[in-house]
Amino acid sequence: MEKIKVVICTGTACFVMGGSELLTLDDHLPEMYADRVEIEGAGCLDYCKDLEKGKSPFVVVNGHVISEANIPKVIDYITRLFEKE
Amino acid sequence: MNYVNNATLIRRDLMIKLAKLIMAGNIENINRIPLEMFPKRSKSVRCCIHKDRAVIKYRLMALMGHRVEEETDELKTLSAYANDAMNRDEIENPILTVIDEACSACVQTSYFVTNACQGCMARPCMMNCKKNAIKMVNGQARIDPELCVNCGLCLKECPYHAIIYMPVPCEEACPVDAITKDEDGKEQIDYDKCTFCGKCMRECPFGAIMERSQLVDVLKLLLSEQKMIAMIAPAIVGQFSAELEKIVSALKTLGFDHVIEVALGADMTAEHEAAEFIERMENNEKFMTTSCCPAYTESVKKHFPELAKYVSDTPTPMHYTGQVAKEKYPDAKRVFIGPCVAKRNEAIEDDFVDYVLTIEELGSLFVAADIDVQKCEDAEIEHVPSREGRGFPASGGVTNALKHGVDGKVEIHDYLVDGLTKKSLRELKKMAKSGCDCNFVEVMACEGGCISGPDVLSNPKVANKMLAKLLERS
Repeated sequence: MEKIKVVICTGTACFVMGGSELLTLDDHLPEMYADRVEIEGAGCLDYCKDLEKGKSPFVVVNGHVISEANIPKVIDYITRLFEKE
Repeated sequence: MNYVNNATLIRRDLMIKLAKLIMAGNIENINRIPLEMFPKRSKSVRCCIHKDRAVIKYRLMALMGHRVEEETDELKTLSAYANDAMNRDEIENPILTVIDEACSACVQTSYFVTNACQGCMARPCMMNCKKNAIKMVNGQARIDPELCVNCGLCLKECPYHAIIYMPVPCEEACPVDAITKDEDGKEQIDYDKCTFCGKCMRECPFGAIMERSQLVDVLKLLLSEQKMIAMIAPAIVGQFSAELEKIVSALKTLGFDHVIEVALGADMTAEHEAAEFIERMENNEKFMTTSCCPAYTESVKKHFPELAKYVSDTPTPMHYTGQVAKEKYPDAKRVFIGPCVAKRNEAIEDDFVDYVLTIEELGSLFVAADIDVQKCEDAEIEHVPSREGRGFPASGGVTNALKHGVDGKVEIHDYLVDGLTKKSLRELKKMAKSGCDCNFVEVMACEGGCISGPDVLSNPKVANKMLAKLLERS
């Protein structure tokens, strides 16, 4: 089974809009799939410069960009990916 | 309340918008911000977009350093207020302002029976209320606010957990009862009591309490020829997900000519405090407390003068750093950058500090100027402070530095007051009266230390990890 890859933008714009909270995602992942999620921080992904991408903070889950990301929103998306399997 | 909430995010968004306008030289467009935030037929947060727009206007007034309470002409435009801000040289007290339009005038009732009340036969709430304040109305219990003394017994008794405690969040958060309702139920701050800890501001779910920002004053100078010094509090580490060297570099890109770590001042504070502590203990004094937290020293001054003789006389790291900066760069303006509301008040009384920016304001300036801290080159740090000095912002850090300075010359029995609350203030008062088992007390108004201050950007857990990393290599 392939792992789900979560990339958290830690650029300044994302951090200012509360992005640091996302770095605690690890503590909040449901146990049933926590070991199947790979989390990494990234430098500014430049999504904040593209109005169409939405607003900071940004998280990318398996290539899908989540804007105005927060922990429940990210977990929700990951859970849906697992449900699809 | 978690610092990531809508009130915080709107404030930061407005800071960025304000800074962008000033940087672009078209501050007169500020009148449009409330309309852009809540355009025609958009969804309102409050009763209607007109109220939302009005609150945005007042927020911008506070962000430009004005005191919202002093508004006399409601027709005065934001651009006129901006003009006033751009042309002032002085920073005034008080440093906080309450936006009465934003204040929801929360109901004073503390205990409240919800619809979950089953109107049970046992009625333990009613039977055990010593004040006979509970009656049955339409099959449910109801508390008579005239008779209720807020003992909370009914809440404990209800088998359905149908009774809730509903505080007024700002009043609940204030350790010194400095914020109370006026005749209209709106909150007001009594500055004879306020210690500027910032807890009310952080806890108000309507974001009604704001700092009077100096963002305009600092930004105006940054854009001018004026030499500027940034004095960065050690709590800045971990706020931008970047190494300290990059933060220094970002500050220089923003327009600061020199950057000095306040941890250097912390080293001086620790050295003096250690010598003072040894002397006090040799004079058989009961105990000594720290003096670096301005919300704590203000609490002592305004509420517990009997504690004053136990508070260290050593100046704060900010003061020492300001002194060093003034000697080195006498013509420059000195800006303290930190996570603290109370430092703003301390700085007004300190000639060595000209302005205060919060970390939140700094972050907003970076975003407005399109500076990504991680992408900045590493700057060289001219004067590197000690590991102990850099460790000040986490609770226990000051004690650690003192121990290092005392170096076993006298025995230290330390005690940490981690967060000022009504309870911990009572505890301190008791110590002043009858002493304690300890001889050194570190007091931090914010639980966890400055790194969890009211104006941080980063989750303290994340910031603490980065601080630990820096200390490892210091």
